[in-house]
Amino acid sequence: MINWMKYRPLYLAISLLVIGAGAFSALRWGFKIGIDFTGGSVLEYRLPDGQTRVIKSGPLDEAGRVKTKSDLEKSVGGPVAEVRFENVGPTIGPELVKKTFYALLISTSAILLWVAYQFKNIKFGISATLATIHDSLVLLGSFSLLGHFFGAEIDFLFVTAMLTILSFSVHDTIVVFDRIRESRKKGISDSNMYSLANNALSQTMTRSLNNSFTIIFMLVALILMGGETVKWFSVALLIGTISGTYSSPFVAVSILVTWDELQKKFKKH
Amino acid sequence: MFSLPIKKFILIVFLVLVATYISLPPKFSLFGKDVSRPNLNIKIGNFTLQRNFDLRLGLDLAGGSQLIFQADMSKVPADKQSTALNGVKGIIENRVNLFGISEPNVQTSVFEGKSRIIVELPGISDTQQAASLIGKTAQLLFEEVEEVPGVNGTTPSATLVATNLTGADLQSAQVVFDSQTGKPAISLQFTTEGGEKFAEITGRNVGKQLPIVLDNQIISAPVVEGQITGGNAQITGNFSIDEAKQLAIQLNAGALPIPVTLVQETTIGATLGATSVNQSILAGIVGVSMVGIFMILAYGRLGIVADVGLFIFAVITLALYKLIPVTLTLPGIAGFMLSIGMAVDSNILIFERFKEEKGKRSVANALEVSFGRAWDSIRDANVATIITSLVLINPFDWPFLQSSGPVRGFAITLLLGILISLFTGIFVSRNLLRVFVKGGKHD
Repeated sequence: MINWMKYRPLYLAISLLVIGAGAFSALRWGFKIGIDFTGGSVLEYRLPDGQTRVIKSGPLDEAGRVKTKSDLEKSVGGPVAEVRFENVGPTIGPELVKKTFYALLISTSAILLWVAYQFKNIKFGISATLATIHDSLVLLGSFSLLGHFFGAEIDFLFVTAMLTILSFSVHDTIVVFDRIRESRKKGISDSNMYSLANNALSQTMTRSLNNSFTIIFMLVALILMGGETVKWFSVALLIGTISGTYSSPFVAVSILVTWDELQKKFKKH
Repeated sequence: MFSLPIKKFILIVFLVLVATYISLPPKFSLFGKDVSRPNLNIKIGNFTLQRNFDLRLGLDLAGGSQLIFQADMSKVPADKQSTALNGVKGIIENRVNLFGISEPNVQTSVFEGKSRIIVELPGISDTQQAASLIGKTAQLLFEEVEEVPGVNGTTPSATLVATNLTGADLQSAQVVFDSQTGKPAISLQFTTEGGEKFAEITGRNVGKQLPIVLDNQIISAPVVEGQITGGNAQITGNFSIDEAKQLAIQLNAGALPIPVTLVQETTIGATLGATSVNQSILAGIVGVSMVGIFMILAYGRLGIVADVGLFIFAVITLALYKLIPVTLTLPGIAGFMLSIGMAVDSNILIFERFKEEKGKRSVANALEVSFGRAWDSIRDANVATIITSLVLINPFDWPFLQSSGPVRGFAITLLLGILISLFTGIFVSRNLLRVFVKGGKHD
């Protein structure tokens, strides 16, 4: 059996590297925030040659909308058809930020309570929650990088992806924790958390990977073929799935084991 | 001793046949022949059951427009705001109905004192006209009927002439019950100035109709029975309570004109919607095939059972989308696809467990044990996703959570997907396996 817990410093290094890169990007370049939050307009046109053109601007009124179209027609020299028009007023954004915050707060605390209740131990709940925070940071950092290099925006769908990933990450963590719980029920005592965790990881690793593969297949198909509207949404879900798969064994369980060890050290002294 | 699994197996086959029938498109071609699937239409005596099994597509797939208006409530006293907002909603619904759209949707939402009206217009792309017509401030007028005598043999006609009495002169309208007949009626209170104008107008129109016009539409045309002084009047007639309420709402909306401004607009052209539908179908087929092949590669014959389970999951899900019905949006399709990926998870959990248990006991026994042990983690794990999707769906329309269409669309399909996958993963796959594995010759 592989001694997974021996490599905890490596997991820490990988996580720090990924989150560090994201944090660097977030501080240096910030985020590209979508019109859902900032207000503004997005217009999509079909050009005479069949291509599409997307134009973004501040909030537009009807006159501005007409002008944008005629300006574009002048520059391409032919009639264009408007296929999409989105206009968000400046007052909507701040409200959405608040609502997002409430949604995150409610679902995170409900999940934390559920895990703590199911495993009769707040340690499990907090470790699982820390792993989801890890995934959120990875996702945010990645989108800062993707925003800078490929123009990915943080919009309300991104927030939805983040909430979904939060639950997916917990989903995976619970499966691993469940194995630890089962072994504990069999009478193997708590003192052995280190080997319990190693056992649980060996038993669930194939399942975790296989399950993530099936989700990744679906998401890759969506990214490549699903069209522009859900492309970045799918990318966010994909990053989250990968990070969630990684964080359950290597972050959540590592924290749980480390916590357990520290607790014992303090008890001895 | 296997009669029970076989009974359940037959139940599953029956369920799948019904679900497949419902999830078929209304018209399709099979081996070069055109087949059409009739909708449900049962008639037994007085009992009729009609159901249209068509997939309902959201604005981003079918094309259409969503307009969000903000109502300026600054001049409305706090206790009247919700009535006023409903009045505005009623007016907007009337205007929307003028467009003759099949399924318009008008909702109100209040968050931190900001009153909004959300209007969804499927199939409309020329929103310039729609937005300005819908966003107009309501105008209530009392008009006189002027007879035009027939000239040179033409029939006499009547025209409406506006009076100087408008919505601004009306203080309030409410539903009352007529003290003599007990029928619902509408009582009107005018302002002092309005009462004087009203007395003058009713004085010269005794025995004639005095139409009340809202947004160029006659909402009521009561006959003046005598001059009414004092600023209070009553409209009587054969109203039902609902009709009386409706009229009172319209009158109040006209009495208290609330300006609305367009704060958000999303318009998707029908061609873009159609492209999105095709892209999603292609992505779905490719994704599902990849998952199916992967399961067979990873789990052999068990994988085939999982794929059958996956097919059953897909048809049941589609059938439920049509029955509930769920309005399918682009993010909704993403939610559906994500839930397919997650649906296989319960199978993977069980199969992995089965591999472990197989060494310790007989195949049939190992199967039962795996199902039992895997169930705990499947249940616990899915609760987390169910919590999150409920927060995103916001089923009780809590004002402090979002109610945006795309996000709801995603969360609803995700939630349904998880619930159905629990059912197919546990009930369907389990019984399929029991039937297939009973020989005990499984590899």
